[in-house]
Amino acid sequence: MSVSYNDFVIRFANVNGSGSASANGMFAKALFRMGIPVATRNIFPSNIQGLPTWFEVRVSEEGYMGRREGVDIMVPMNAETLVEDIASVKPGGYLVYDNSKPLPKHLRRDDIHEVGIPIATMLLPEFSDPKQRSLFKNITYLGALSGLLNIEFDVITGMVATQYKGKDALIAPNIRALEIGRQYAYDYLDAPLPIQVRRSDKVGDRIMVDGNAAAGLGSIYGGATVCAWYPITPSTSVAEAFEQHANRLRIDTETGQKKFAIIQAEDELAAIGIVIGAAWNGARSFTATSGPGVSLMSEFLGLAYFAEIPAVLWDIQRAGPSTGMPTRTQQSDVLSAAFASHGDTKHPLLFPSTPKECFDFAADALDLADRLQTPIIVLSDLELGMNDNLSEPFEWDETRRYDRGKVLSADDLDQLDVFGRYLDVDGDGIGYRTYPGTHPDKGAFFTRGTSRDEFAAYTESPEAYQRNMERLLKKWDTAKTLVPAAEISSGKSRVGVLYYGTTALPMPEALDLLEPEGVVLDTCRIRAFPFGEEVKAFIDGHELVFVVEQNRDAQMRTLLITEGDFSPAKLVRVNYYAGLSISADFIQQSVLDYFQENKLPRLTEVKS
Amino acid sequence: MTFVAKPKAHHPKLPLNEIGLTRRDYEGSVSTLCAGCGHDSVSAAIVQACAELSLPPHRFAKVSGIGCSSKTPSYFLNKSHGLNSVHGRMPSVMTGSNLANRELYCVGVSGDGDSASIGLGQFAHIVRRRINMLYIVDNNGTYGLTKGQFSATNDKGSTSKKGVPNLYEPIDLVSMALQLGATFVARSFSGDKHQLVPLIKAGLRHKGMAFIDVISPCVAFNNHAGSTKSYDHVRAHMQNVVNADYIPEHDEITADYKPGSREDIDMPGGSTLRLYKLDDQYDPHDRVGALNYVQRSAETGDVVTGLLYVDPKAADCHDVMDTIRKPLNELDEADLCPGQNPLDSINAGFR
Repeated sequence: MSVSYNDFVIRFANVNGSGSASANGMFAKALFRMGIPVATRNIFPSNIQGLPTWFEVRVSEEGYMGRREGVDIMVPMNAETLVEDIASVKPGGYLVYDNSKPLPKHLRRDDIHEVGIPIATMLLPEFSDPKQRSLFKNITYLGALSGLLNIEFDVITGMVATQYKGKDALIAPNIRALEIGRQYAYDYLDAPLPIQVRRSDKVGDRIMVDGNAAAGLGSIYGGATVCAWYPITPSTSVAEAFEQHANRLRIDTETGQKKFAIIQAEDELAAIGIVIGAAWNGARSFTATSGPGVSLMSEFLGLAYFAEIPAVLWDIQRAGPSTGMPTRTQQSDVLSAAFASHGDTKHPLLFPSTPKECFDFAADALDLADRLQTPIIVLSDLELGMNDNLSEPFEWDETRRYDRGKVLSADDLDQLDVFGRYLDVDGDGIGYRTYPGTHPDKGAFFTRGTSRDEFAAYTESPEAYQRNMERLLKKWDTAKTLVPAAEISSGKSRVGVLYYGTTALPMPEALDLLEPEGVVLDTCRIRAFPFGEEVKAFIDGHELVFVVEQNRDAQMRTLLITEGDFSPAKLVRVNYYAGLSISADFIQQSVLDYFQENKLPRLTEVKS
Repeated sequence: MTFVAKPKAHHPKLPLNEIGLTRRDYEGSVSTLCAGCGHDSVSAAIVQACAELSLPPHRFAKVSGIGCSSKTPSYFLNKSHGLNSVHGRMPSVMTGSNLANRELYCVGVSGDGDSASIGLGQFAHIVRRRINMLYIVDNNGTYGLTKGQFSATNDKGSTSKKGVPNLYEPIDLVSMALQLGATFVARSFSGDKHQLVPLIKAGLRHKGMAFIDVISPCVAFNNHAGSTKSYDHVRAHMQNVVNADYIPEHDEITADYKPGSREDIDMPGGSTLRLYKLDDQYDPHDRVGALNYVQRSAETGDVVTGLLYVDPKAADCHDVMDTIRKPLNELDEADLCPGQNPLDSINAGFR
């Protein structure tokens, strides 16, 4: 029988709150430490205890990190979902289950391999406490899998030792549970299976981390001193990461006091209000929320846009509309974020694809907000924010200085004859601002959401109002030159694919799947809105561009049409929005279907 | 319509304060509110208090919400920055501002619609948060800018200009502040600057949030017979229980009240807050007692005024959070950015 290495999807079916997360995490980490690229996905309910939850690991020597359809190895530990779990296994796949009780006859499939391990029975004489027995079940599974999949045992035992450092009494029983499972696999099963792992060098120096942790850490490096937030899945861990790292990295060495302030506000309105108040007074500040929070913050975002106050907002998107599916992923806040608030309001958006980019964009967003004196919204999502992703390591250029934008000091003001907060002195649409309390006589002004003239005085003059609105558009043009440029890979294809955020994860695999079918696509990964010249050049340079995104209504496509003035006819929508992350299989199928329906020539056909 | 700056010339004999400024240096633009509006008296009281305290007029952060009251930060302290934010959200904006720079004097002005209706949640939470600020509500019981609807502080049975009675129970912000643990709670009347000015001074010196509910009649929509927020009604029903007096550090403290009715409280910088208890039974350090007193008086239609509760040893938000003394907005890369070294070990932790 042929053996395949480092190429499978394994799924653990658990009950929420049963302590499975730790064993699941160790499984993924062990493979990662063997140098094998892994992508992990928690598929969990909006619930604390009792409902079904799944943990999926994509193992890929090729480095394909997107979700893949079909399960090769299923580990069902939740009786409630047993029927669908068994049904989800691909033909030829494996069901690794506890056969202390036999599997009901009607659930058995003859097209998959059953690998039964009497875990409950084996643990009965080992642990007298039923609670312990239940907890060690997960670890025993891990031990059995290490035998079945040929995972290096010392990698796992090493992790146990690190994890329980200081709670040494727990180390021995954990190792024992691992050994029980592993020994059973060797003694009674055909271990290792034809699907297995082997040490690789494909991870390189990459790290495994979730995007929210990266965003919190990047905000510290970017100089944020004020964080205000309101708990909402899946964004909560951004603020928690900021606080956790700041409590270590932002403590004054002399006094032990904090060089940051974090407030868990009473709601999202207060959270963004605090951010705007702090930024108005010259502190870098940010908040993190999800779609419902953006809706609540909209009025304030309009104030910050019109009064020109910096703010950074992380929107970790989840499946909407309304409460939607709060623990599932989507990219469905593109339009609500871009145009959050009433009136002619629009905001620059950033779209990170990896944890490293979350870290980088956290600092970039703070710079951009100060430079452009406007809110910057970073659109991540649950897929990136809450799952451990492979990522380039975090780096900080020691020579980098914060761009605090156009801020006048007391000395600057002394040398100025005329100060007008909203005067476009430099022709880039951006005025000079002052922080409160700077100078005894000069530079004070009144910030308001009402119309005002260049000197910040209230006005209802039609000319002054329009001048101001035009200047804000000029500033928008300046923003195009400052936001991160799209990442473009252009060959000679007449067809392109455009995507952003976590839709980048399955893209390399989708392209590889399409190529043998005679479909070669040039790529454009959008990293920011407003779109730069390079996006225009890419779309203009292709006859057809697939716009792949994870929402129903093709929101990025709409944005391209309305803000980029591109022809709707050449922008083909590819939309996945069921709440899981988009897969390469889906992209491949959608593109091929379009080619077939429209009788487009493929490369192979052209050649023949 | 554009705001008008007041003429810069002033009488050469205007008295100078300790930092060599006159009262005019604390003023703002010409008010656009109605002639006789109580809010203008509150702005004037703020000007007088800040001038007499000799505070640097540019070292304030003025924040407001939306409404007639919230326009007033334009009418005082025009050497300071002001932020006219969105309806009911002054508290959150002021929270952020104070977190950014703890050294500025924070003056938040709000109205009864702003604080008791749309912004009731923010009001409640800034009390809990203990932001070091002066929080003034210009309370006229009505929505002026939208022409005379009842606000949530309007008393049940009080009538509109057209004679229609209000059917709903009022929200008393003073009682709420006391219940939520505010450390400085006062009520005053825009028509009584002898009471109001010392309260503002004491409030500016108080550490933590100083809340003053100022009944400030609306001459356009709520100053008629039948209204409980009219000049006449408030004058007739005011019951002053504790007068405050703010005594600068070098002024001699003279005893001119009967013993037992007076209390001196040390304030930061060596100054003194002197309380005159006009009702022997009233204890301005008993929060629950104050709450009961205010509620009982409301039953009989009395408007209790004065410094109703003060905890002079209160901590503010920065104490609670243990932030550094230096304003956060003055920290630079050296203070804020940990550099590559810790990042290497953080990266290692993710391997």
